[in-house]
Amino acid sequence: MKKILAVCGLGQGTSLILRMNIEQVLNEFGVTADVEHMDVSSASGIEADLIVTNSELAKSLPEQQEKIVIVENYFDLDEIKDALQGHI
Amino acid sequence: MNFLDRERIQLDVSVDTPEAAIREAGKLLVKNGDVEEGYVEKMVEAFRQHGPYFVIAPQIALPHARPEDGVNQAALSLIRLEKPLSFGHQTNDPVELVFALAASSSNEHLEVLQRISKLLGNKQTIQQLLMTGSVDEIEIIIKELST
Repeated sequence: MKKILAVCGLGQGTSLILRMNIEQVLNEFGVTADVEHMDVSSASGIEADLIVTNSELAKSLPEQQEKIVIVENYFDLDEIKDALQGHI
Repeated sequence: MNFLDRERIQLDVSVDTPEAAIREAGKLLVKNGDVEEGYVEKMVEAFRQHGPYFVIAPQIALPHARPEDGVNQAALSLIRLEKPLSFGHQTNDPVELVFALAASSSNEHLEVLQRISKLLGNKQTIQQLLMTGSVDEIEIIIKELST
């Protein structure tokens, strides 16, 4: 099972919203994955298949660039779908 | 549920900086006993430290801090800015709606986040929030959402 991280600055609010919406999109795709939410400093030390965050925070994860998928609007399920397509 | 009731909404607030906008939205949480005053400064600090990542959708900022920063109960407040304000976000600026989140570690927190998602996942609702003339109308929008 793939491990996906939903990342925000503090790991409390924004990333949880992102995680809920990622799970909803995965559900529509019929894909099961392990989705976790966390803050950007924790995420920098964690092994994952995919990291979903916005371009602001992506800058703080220089060593994981190739795993990062950018989503700018955390509420836009279509944007999340487009971003995840091809990666899962 | 302390979710955008009239005590926690203020329309057409005049501010010049993102910090001032965060403080005004946070003030509504303090006034209602949702958070301690220190929580508001932690929200400002999070902005200074991590940048405007909490501008999570076009025109929408969701500042918050951590549960241990002085949260008494899960809640959400809203200020609408008189003039759109730049938070320095690449794609989602300028901001007009600032939702301050009292992030608790309870189940209520999840419920608040689910309701935010439902509210802001709907582009029509966002337009209504931007255009509406009164807090009364916003109350109706929120009420419709929860039915």
